[in-house]
This record gives sequence, C-alpha cells and structure tokens, in this order.
Amino acid sequence: MGLIYALVAAGLSLIFGLMDVVNFAHGELLMLAMFAVFVLRGVSGADPLLLMPVVALLLFGAGMAIYRGLIARALSVQFNRGMVQIFVTFGLAIFLRGAAQFAFGGEFKSVTGHWLADRSVNLAGVFLPLPQLAAGVVCLLAFAALLAVSRTEFGRALEATREDREAVALIGIDRDRIFALGWALGCATVGIAGAMLAGFYYVNPNVGTSFALIAYVTVALGGFGSMLGALVAGILIGEVEAVTAALFEPAWKQIGVFGIYLVVLMVRPRGLFGKL
Amino acid sequence: MLRIEGLSAAYRGLKALQGVSMEVRKGEIVAVVGANGAGKSTLLKSIAGQVATEGEIVFDGASLRRVAAHDIARRGVCLVPEGRRLFPRLSVEDNLRLGAYARRGEANRFKPLDFVFTLFPRLKERLGQRAETLSGGEQQMLAIGRALMTQPRLLMLDEPSQGIMPRLVDDILAAITRIRDTGVTVLLVEQRLAEALEISDRAYVLQTGRVVMSGAAADIAADSAVRQAYLGL
Ligand SMILES: Nc1ncnc2c1ncn2[C@@H]1O[C@H](COP(=O)(O)OP(=O)(O)O)[C@@H](O)[C@H]1O
Ligand SMILES: [Mg+2]
Repeated sequence: MGLIYALVAAGLSLIFGLMDVVNFAHGELLMLAMFAVFVLRGVSGADPLLLMPVVALLLFGAGMAIYRGLIARALSVQFNRGMVQIFVTFGLAIFLRGAAQFAFGGEFKSVTGHWLADRSVNLAGVFLPLPQLAAGVVCLLAFAALLAVSRTEFGRALEATREDREAVALIGIDRDRIFALGWALGCATVGIAGAMLAGFYYVNPNVGTSFALIAYVTVALGGFGSMLGALVAGILIGEVEAVTAALFEPAWKQIGVFGIYLVVLMVRPRGLFGKL
Repeated sequence: MLRIEGLSAAYRGLKALQGVSMEVRKGEIVAVVGANGAGKSTLLKSIAGQVATEGEIVFDGASLRRVAAHDIARRGVCLVPEGRRLFPRLSVEDNLRLGAYARRGEANRFKPLDFVFTLFPRLKERLGQRAETLSGGEQQMLAIGRALMTQPRLLMLDEPSQGIMPRLVDDILAAITRIRDTGVTVLLVEQRLAEALEISDRAYVLQTGRVVMSGAAADIAADSAVRQAYLGL
C-alpha cells in the first residue's frame, strides 16, 4: 500500500516540482485509471496486469490533453493566476467525479476473477496476497523507470525547465512541450498506480479522494518535488497506517498518518528530502 | 542580416523603446551603448521575443515578430541575457549540453563543445561542478558557451562584463572577437564604453529609448560629446 501511495505522490510531486501547479484532480485521475481497468476488462476480458500499460498510455494522453487544454490556458491569464490554477484543477476534479458518477453510478465495484485474485504466497510463514505484492513490484519498477527518465537528456531538460522556465526558451527549448510531457508523465504514473490498485481495491467515483489526501501528505512529508522523498514517505505512511490499524482500530489508521505528518511539519517544514 | 524598423516597446505604459531603427550586417560586431535605463536590455529582449513590441524586426529576410521565443532561438538568434540565467543546480556539462537540446537528432550537435573549451579552458576543468558554484566570470563563460552550443548565427550579449573581475573582462572581450572570427555575427550591449567600442565595428548610442547616434565604433569613441552628453562620463 505504501508503494502505491508513493507512486501516486510521485506523479503529483513531478507536476508540482516542474511548474508549481498543485493538481487537485490527482485523485480523480487515479479513479479514472481504475475505471479504465474496469471498462477495458469488461470489453476485452484481458487481465488487469496486461491492461496496466494500456491504462498508463491512456493517462499519458490524458495528462497531455489536460495540460494543453486547461493548464496552459490557466497559466496564460494575466490576473490572479494562482487562483485560476487552483480552480481549474479543482473544477476538473469535480467534473471527473461527476462524469464517473453518471457513467458508472455510485456503487462500489471491484475487478474480480483475474490471474492474481485471492492468491497469495507464503514467505517464511507470512502470507502475502499476490495482487498487493505485484502492485508493490510494479510500483518499484515504475519508480526505477522515473529515475531512468530523469537521467536522460529529456530529464535534464525537465530539470532545466523547473530551474528557469524563461531561460530554456533562450536556447530553443519549447517549455510548453516540456510541461505537457511532464503532465503526461505525472498522469501516466498515476495510471500505473490506479491499474495496479484496481486488482485488489474497490472502484467508485469517490475512491480518489482519500488517496489524493494521502498523496498530498506524502508529498509534503517527502519534500516538494523530491522523487526519493515521495518513495520514502509513501512507504512510511503505508507502514504507519498498518501499525495504527493493528494497534488500535482500523478506522484510526489515518490519525496515525496525520499525526506523523504534523510532527514532521513542526520539526522539519520542508519535508524529509525537501529542496525548497 | 538583422534589420529593425520603428521598434517600440513598453512596460505597463512606460515606454522603454521609441521608434528604434538599426541594422546589423553579417560578420560584424555591433555595439549598443547608453546609460542605465536607456533601453538596451529591452532592445535585446525584443529581438529575442521576450517582450511585446510594435514595429518590425527582420532576420534573414523573415519577420521575427509573433514568432515564439524558442523558435527565434532555433532560427539562430541567441541571447545571453543580463544575469546570465544559467541552470544553477545543474552541472556545467549539463548546462552546455542543454544548449544543443533543441537540435536532437542532428549528427554533429555537440561539435561546438571543442570550440567552447578552446575559448574557455576553465570550463573544461569544472565540467562536473554545479553552475552555481562557479565564479561570476566563469558563469559568464558558461552562459556564452551554452549559447554557442545552439550554433547561433547572431549572438546577442547583454553586459557580459557585469560583475566580473577586471582580468577576466579582457578574456571575455577577446573571446567575443574570436567568436566573430568563426563567422558568428555579434550584437553587444555594454556599459564599459571604451572596451566595447574597441572590439566593435559599428555602434549605436541609445538614450531614453531612442537611437541618438550611430556610426563607426572608432568615430563614436572619438566623439567626446557622446561621452559627456549621453553616457555621463
Ligand atoms: N520588467 C520591467 N518592468 C517595468 N519596467 C522595466 C522593466 N524592465 C525595464 N524597465 C524599464 O525600462 C527602461 C529600460 O530598461 P532597460 O532596457 O533594462 O535599460 P538598460 O538595459 O539600458 O539599462 C528603464 O526605465 C527600466 O526601468
Ligand atoms: Mg540592461
């Protein structure tokens, strides 16, 4: 679970780090990815594991469209840009939730009967459910892929755009393209998380909300714009949640998470790995 | 190569340029001099597509107005801005290589690196260092180097000597001459009148957004009226 949090947070952090825009529709994109698995499985019968790359690609495209269609416009307004940004992604969140409600109804659905469903492996006496295990592995791979991308020349250009978005134009780099690709990458990341999550978690139009909340905490905890921070903080939050749920009641698990968050916030406001 | 006609620019109603006309021919070093606030930086930024303007800017027969800033750079007009605008947390090497990013897919896009290292050997010794850890002079060298990596035909330099140790100023001015000798045209904005005019072919004197004098650099250097009236020297 921690790794899923980490990956969701990584996508959020990537976009925020790149252009200081908080994507309030991040949780809804996760929900979208989960429904995409649900629908594609209904249509093709393919396994969620196979659908994962397709969903990642879909979200990649969605991210690009969101940047070009909404964010680029929001950035070009002259007055109150900060507010406009917030409301644009907020509006998108509400729109996506409403659309999902309309298309799929509000009830809880789950993707059942796939390869990994209800199976587990016995690791030295501890039974690990396979869907969760697979999700963990895929999330780690996705992280490795993100790191690999950051080392490519495109990754350098991303970093340069984050450092000085005016200066990149002077050397012929189209920052709109970099931003669009950044959104695409951030959304594809959420797509992977959502596709894996759909293997063992219920789907409904509001499912993104709680994940998004945790993602914001994860990003703040790990440090804004830090990938490694997102990974560590995500795992940490997953553990804290599990421990609180085990020690007290499951309903208390988020209290532990926010407790940790408040402590870190007071001791180290820029997060564990923050650069800002 | 570059022709500007009736160029005006304003910041929220404050006119920074008023009907500036000038010309830069291929292979020249042209200096733009003038007191602080005369509009020199605004002129360069207008050409680079960073401020909204009225009037005409023609480069190699095509208008640059309404062309996006990054496309202007791709057409071969590269500005080394005031304050240098490096990527401070990236390495010297990354800063240089990013200059060639827009030429992805071209075979010899990193070729100018050799020339940059012969111009500024210091950069070669500091490839792995973060740009922000360089001295002012080295940062200026890196900014010029990064610009050269784009393989510009017109290189615009905004006060390259600003905030630099006197000893390095000469190095940088010498480098500008060498850059011109490889066939790159240079438009140079400088506060240091004498040094700038020494390496330039022609010069324009700007005062409160207007061209008040132009001609051969040597003539302007000799004209004491220029120095007193327009540059406050
Ligand atoms: N970003 C800006 N916003 C408002 N006014 C500006 C801005 N940049 C420059 N100016 C004004 O425009 C005029 C010309 O500035 P500039 O082109 O920087 O002159 P120079 O480079 O010759 O010192 C000055 O009066 C300056 O105060
Ligand atoms: Mg200036």
